[in-house]
Amino acid sequence: MGFQVVVFWIFSLVLIGAAVGVITTRNPVQAALWLVLAFFNSAIIWMLMEAEFLAITLVLVYVGAVMVLFLFVVMMLDVNLVPQREGFTRYLPLGGLIAATIVVQMIFLIRMRWFSAENYPAPVPRDADYSNTEELGLAIYTDYLFQFEVAAVILLVAIIAAIALTMRRRPDTKYQTPGEQVKVKKEDRLRVVSMDAEK
Amino acid sequence: MGFFEGLWLVTWTVIKILLIVVPLLLSVAYLTYAERKVIGAIQVRKGPNRVGFAGLLQPIADVIKLLTKEVLVPTNSNRFLFLIAPILSLAPAFAAWAVIPFSDTKVLADVNAGLLYVLALTSIGVYGVIIAGWASNSKYAFLGAMRSAAQIVSYEIAMGFALVGVLMVSGSLNLGDIVRAQEGSIFHWFWLPLFPLFIVYFISGVAETNRAPFDVAEGESEIVAGFHVDYSGMAFALFFLAEYANMIMIAALAVIMFLGGWLSPIPFIPDGIGWFFVKTGFMLFFFLWFRATFPRYRYDQIMRLGWKVFIPVTILWLTVEAVAILLEIGPWFDVRAA
Repeated sequence: MGFQVVVFWIFSLVLIGAAVGVITTRNPVQAALWLVLAFFNSAIIWMLMEAEFLAITLVLVYVGAVMVLFLFVVMMLDVNLVPQREGFTRYLPLGGLIAATIVVQMIFLIRMRWFSAENYPAPVPRDADYSNTEELGLAIYTDYLFQFEVAAVILLVAIIAAIALTMRRRPDTKYQTPGEQVKVKKEDRLRVVSMDAEK
Repeated sequence: MGFFEGLWLVTWTVIKILLIVVPLLLSVAYLTYAERKVIGAIQVRKGPNRVGFAGLLQPIADVIKLLTKEVLVPTNSNRFLFLIAPILSLAPAFAAWAVIPFSDTKVLADVNAGLLYVLALTSIGVYGVIIAGWASNSKYAFLGAMRSAAQIVSYEIAMGFALVGVLMVSGSLNLGDIVRAQEGSIFHWFWLPLFPLFIVYFISGVAETNRAPFDVAEGESEIVAGFHVDYSGMAFALFFLAEYANMIMIAALAVIMFLGGWLSPIPFIPDGIGWFFVKTGFMLFFFLWFRATFPRYRYDQIMRLGWKVFIPVTILWLTVEAVAILLEIGPWFDVRAA
């Protein structure tokens, strides 16, 4: 058993453990932290597949930015655990049905001819100076330029929509105008009074 | 690869890691000393001058003091997260040093995606702060963590954009190749063609490390000490270590990307590792100088500076740069054509 296989098993076991942690932990902050651990471990598994750009980007974007904002929101929520548990028996059949559907679908996919392991031989290891950052860049900006641009426009629309949904200008809110604050001179704020020394 | 060859590789790598970490720890210790001396000089005081000659043993005394103090875990805090938070903030700060090239040949891991790796690891460091603030179960610590999270995420964007500019000129993510692309003299380094990005990068770096004047996460006057208010002894010292290691990291990265790393400023003087240390020290001095000079920013001012000033500036300069590269304007922007 090679070193890489050992690494793969360690990190995939931790990954599955973390994923179980996400859905079993009661505390939402701890669930988010389990998710961070899961992201980190999947990044390492991608790294084993020599997809270093995607692996590092996963850590940079999902662990470093998305999950931080996620935690930011979750930490400020005041989650009461009692009402959450109330409907457990009532929703159990529906939940079980959905879970069973997902399991059946996954088994179906994995057993299918075109997804079986024989059709996917282990990739040939590349040279040390092979840069998949460059390969990805070439593919995105030449062959798939149109799709890439469409995705970018959709994301831009999403950003604008999110801002439009949350921006409310209340008339009684006081705003600072930094331009005016910067323009303030010493004379506007400070008055120097000369007076005799106290005896 | 035989067993003994593998063993030798591991041993040799551990030795190399120690060769980086031990001097780094010493630099952190003496950076705190330098900070107190420099700020003392700026404020016309003497600074530490009792322990050892001119106070030179002061950092050692501080370390011994912190090591022998008790680590308190507050009641109702989450014990595991409380204790792991300082480690989570220290480990990425040290791990990022793996790809830093000290000279042409001296680098622990010469990887292709070095710059991305550094960015990813510095962005993980924020978890130490957030988890510390949350696990302490204290209002002050929590407010500090919230402030820090918002600040770090905002400034990371400006910082990332500034680094995109460096990538565009050097055409590589490998930190060694970025330095090699700046060969020539002081006027071939990237600080000149990328001057706005250099400034944005460095100020964002100060904000990322939660240093004055962007240290609202600690804000002694409002929230006591922010996220590490409940920490004592060695657990507190680890946060301190991480902050200073990150400072040195930001300074070293600024040197590599904008000030030509190990290259000498004048063509006929040989390059060498010494230049790297001199330049890093020079950039570190700015951190201390800022702290002694500027009053702390208000929270909304920090957000405004990051989002409304730095990000537009970087986007504008990236556009200028892209046009310059397209038209191959020398001597900097024809690097990729060569």
